[in-house]
Amino acid sequence: MDEKRTAWERLQLVHTKGRPTIKDYIPQIFTDFYEMHGDRLCGDDKAILGGIGRLDGRPVTIIAQVKGRDINENKACNFAMPHPEGYRKALRLARQAEKFHRPIICFIDTPGAFCGVAAEERGQGEAIAKNIAEFMTLRTPIISIVLGEGGSGGALALGVCDELAMLENAEYSVLSPRGFASILWKDASREQEASEIMKITAEDMVRLGVAEAIIEEPLGGAHNDLDKISENIKEYLSQKIPEKCQKDIDVLLKERYTKFRKIGAFTE
Amino acid sequence: MFEGFFNVVKERFNGAEEEYKPPMFKCPRCTQTSPLSRYEELHRVCPKCNYHGRLSSQERIAITVDKDSFKELDGGMKSGNPLDFPDYSEKQAELQNKTGLNDAVITGTATIKGSPVVIGIMDSRFMMGSMGSVVGEKITRAFEYATEKGLPVVMFTASGGARMQEGIVSLMQMAKTSGAVKLHSDAGGLYISVMTDPTTGGVTASFASLGDIIIAEPKVLIGFAGRRVIEGTIKQRLPEDFQLAEFMHEKGFVDMIVERRKMRSVLSHLLKLHGFYPKEKEV
Repeated sequence: MDEKRTAWERLQLVHTKGRPTIKDYIPQIFTDFYEMHGDRLCGDDKAILGGIGRLDGRPVTIIAQVKGRDINENKACNFAMPHPEGYRKALRLARQAEKFHRPIICFIDTPGAFCGVAAEERGQGEAIAKNIAEFMTLRTPIISIVLGEGGSGGALALGVCDELAMLENAEYSVLSPRGFASILWKDASREQEASEIMKITAEDMVRLGVAEAIIEEPLGGAHNDLDKISENIKEYLSQKIPEKCQKDIDVLLKERYTKFRKIGAFTE
Repeated sequence: MFEGFFNVVKERFNGAEEEYKPPMFKCPRCTQTSPLSRYEELHRVCPKCNYHGRLSSQERIAITVDKDSFKELDGGMKSGNPLDFPDYSEKQAELQNKTGLNDAVITGTATIKGSPVVIGIMDSRFMMGSMGSVVGEKITRAFEYATEKGLPVVMFTASGGARMQEGIVSLMQMAKTSGAVKLHSDAGGLYISVMTDPTTGGVTASFASLGDIIIAEPKVLIGFAGRRVIEGTIKQRLPEDFQLAEFMHEKGFVDMIVERRKMRSVLSHLLKLHGFYPKEKEV
């Protein structure tokens, strides 16, 4: 592991061109991958990819936010900012996974849910709320991994899980540091200051009980060695998925609820 | 109460050259002005356009539940400072003094025309009704209590969204509250969500949108993303009615729009339709 970087330095790494995306990882980690499309209600959102594949031979459902590797890919996937139909596709595939007793692996990598007219008209808030509530009681194991950006409710919609892992330089936050600075201080240029104050790093997440594991990145960051980072992610999943699958599902659900239930700071 | 204030103002102007002008209310929706006394008389509804303005949680309790029936749950809960955010504790203390509230939601049990409910009322005067640890915990406990006792939940939402000063801990309250709503629902519980001005951000994207029945007050703001954020994205002005209750009703995300003066009666009917009758004789 590299020497400790600041939150701001990590954010720069996450935005480095060439940082691997889900499309790079799938062929490295899974076999027999088949992508599934559409929410069966309205459309197919390219910002969220879902499908079935095998992890060490075991069928799993994969749901992920898609970052583009160049401008054309980014246009197609809307810079990984999903519309409601993306979240509804995710929920459809999650329920399918539950039906066929497949564990679910979610990969989070989004600046946030899309903020636009069509997204509001089709119920962005409702779509996210529904996913959060439904994932809480899905009767199949769920592991989520934050690959780069975990932006707000748009990330949490794939983040209700039995265990959350962060890539070493990934961040998870209530809002982008830029948005945070602009709301709280009415000055977006103070984003670096915001990034340090907000507690958004992998270590912060483990300390605050939001994440359980940190997946080490190769020297200099994930973009420097795709084989190595993929191997690290796969090693984590190969250990965790069988472990969660062996657990009694009612115990697993109770633990999933408790994981979120205990987060908060108050006195009475 | 208001007449007293009037007299003070009148006296102050006695002998002054300019003519006395009563305090006015300028509606944020239609931008027209009306005498503040008229707006207050209507329980903060704009006499010109029917915009339903913001109520304090105490005012809401007074016009919604049966007299003296409200029993508060977890009233003493106060927020910690999970991120050691600068000035957050001071800001809360200041608001606690100013508003008499400990945080942005009040929860408790009550009866509505005799029907028993667990009720939650958010208060936008406390940090814009934002959801931090206390809001998350109190709402979660309210649903857990209702599940345990087999009671329905009525939740009046009013929130700007996440509590920025609690960062990721605030975000996780969305999961916590939604999980408790789901367990209440799975146990067969009835949940009526009443969206009041404003219901936005992380509250819209969690428990507010999960009601079996979703009611909104007229002309209130309901949305996920802020209007200015969207205008920034699309680089054009949004229509005036965008994200108002009527818009969300039209798009299929709100079951009904109910005026404040009818709210108590509608809630009572809906509770009875789900089998929640008064314990003794009907009130």
